[in-house]
Amino acid sequence: MSEATLPSAPAGEAGMTIRAAFLRHLRGNFWVYLLLLAGGVLMMAPFAWMVSTALKPPADQFTRDLLPRTVTLENFFTAWQRMEFHHLMWNSARIAALSTIGQLVTCSMGAFVFAVVKFPGRDILFMLLLATLMLPYQMTVIPQFVIFSWLGLYGTDVPLWLPSFLGGAFGVFLLRQYFRTIPVDLMEAARLDGASLFRVYWSIYLPLARPALAALALFAFMNSWNDLFSAMIYLPSNLQTTTLPVGLSLFQRLYRAQWAVMMAAVVISISPIVVAFFFAQKQFIQGIATSGLK
Amino acid sequence: MSHDGIRARGTERIWVALLLTPTMLGLALGALGSMAATIGLSLFAWDLLTPPRWVGLANYLALPENRNFMRALGNTSLFSAIYVPATVLISLGIAVLLNRGIYGKSLFRLIYFLPVITSPTAVGLVWTWIYSKDRGVLNAIVSFLGGTPQHWLGSELALYSVVVVNVWGAIGQGMIIFLAGLQAIPRDLYEAASIEGATPFRQFIEITVPLLLPSIFFQTVLSTIYAFQAFDYVYILTQTGNGNSSVPTLVFNIYREGFNFFRMGNATAQAVVLAAIVMALTLVYSQLQKRWGQQ
Repeated sequence: MSEATLPSAPAGEAGMTIRAAFLRHLRGNFWVYLLLLAGGVLMMAPFAWMVSTALKPPADQFTRDLLPRTVTLENFFTAWQRMEFHHLMWNSARIAALSTIGQLVTCSMGAFVFAVVKFPGRDILFMLLLATLMLPYQMTVIPQFVIFSWLGLYGTDVPLWLPSFLGGAFGVFLLRQYFRTIPVDLMEAARLDGASLFRVYWSIYLPLARPALAALALFAFMNSWNDLFSAMIYLPSNLQTTTLPVGLSLFQRLYRAQWAVMMAAVVISISPIVVAFFFAQKQFIQGIATSGLK
Repeated sequence: MSHDGIRARGTERIWVALLLTPTMLGLALGALGSMAATIGLSLFAWDLLTPPRWVGLANYLALPENRNFMRALGNTSLFSAIYVPATVLISLGIAVLLNRGIYGKSLFRLIYFLPVITSPTAVGLVWTWIYSKDRGVLNAIVSFLGGTPQHWLGSELALYSVVVVNVWGAIGQGMIIFLAGLQAIPRDLYEAASIEGATPFRQFIEITVPLLLPSIFFQTVLSTIYAFQAFDYVYILTQTGNGNSSVPTLVFNIYREGFNFFRMGNATAQAVVLAAIVMALTLVYSQLQKRWGQQ
């Protein structure tokens, strides 16, 4: 193995072994690796400490060992029972799923029109839509809160997912960018065959845009799952109806200094997103790289 | 290559209208309508229970004397002044290092990116534990190194402690933007510069930075918009027993005014000021970009 030559090595280095080339690479990039590793340790340290604390028996929570002397899952059971996690999980999952569906359906509809149809005022309208990206949520939340309260929807989950069914600048932008890479000939051919615009959207654009739709689905799900502000406004205090972030913030107040149990609760609540991310990293990262946002 | 779109004919127009309806409703009601209503509400005094009372600009005129608001404005400004450059520079640095053709690039990328996706509420609890005054691991490390343990989340240090957490949570996102930008820079430029004997530092200043300027501006704008709306970590890390915060930010204050005290006029006026600041900064950035881009 160490005697094999690098197939792509430049002429002068043709005889160099892979190991020598590797060592040279390491030496040349010593500081790069050192900095990246040090940074990586700092990035991961809070997660490591979280898992470590969560696995310690509550009596050991103040020991400083990174590797617990005794490993137990007790905190996870305690946290699950105290916080009624099955309610919180179900509420968060249901709201996130509805928000995701709403975003996929309505953003893809809007993005399709902005991507393929020319109509008067389109560009101004699109710019206006994009401009709303810099509108702080607080600039719109109070009237919406008032209206949802008038409609008797305060304390229900409707205000948390209904707005997702009205499109959104981020999703429309992300999908439009993708739709515009689809060759227009496909649509022209279908139109010549008499396909309606809806058919073009449904049978050509949606199937071809699967990667972009997957990215949007991930972002929509994650944003809803992690959302604290609006959940706190509409579902502030009832552990049976509220979402995970609100549940965790209530937990913080109710069980101060029970760190081992609290860390177990944190592990439970972030794991679905972390698992989803491990499976779909590419879409996440691609989505951010295309649109710049999350 | 790119086309400007087709013109809808006959029944196609109905489809266009139908497909566009949700987005347009969202734009008209969710964004623009709500924005107008917020501006309108800021001219009233209203507690949700009794009918709103017209007060004109009184809510705005009262802001400079509102100690909580001024404190929050100061906190948010300082927060942004540290957060924005720190996030942009650190994520740029990481992206440049990752782009040097090294081993384990995707693993590093994963590691730096993880805090972007995890819930700030949940991870904020981990940080409260790390920062904890009495038994927290950070003070243990500080003592071990011979320093004095600090009250990291007390009113003196909390702002800095929270900025650190926010930067930690955001550099992965900036890193992705910069990596995408870096990959668009042609390799030959660096090769040519190398042949002419330019040091890596000169290459960075003369090739990377100018060609990455659009990404740098974009990330600066995004970070600024985010910084002015910082809430989750602030709420989780700095909330005090009485429901206030050791470093209230603008959004924290709006939340308190609106949803704890139900002073809707006050809360909306503060929201309008917040939005105005964000828009003004965005405009300044885009002007700067235009000027620098023309050079």
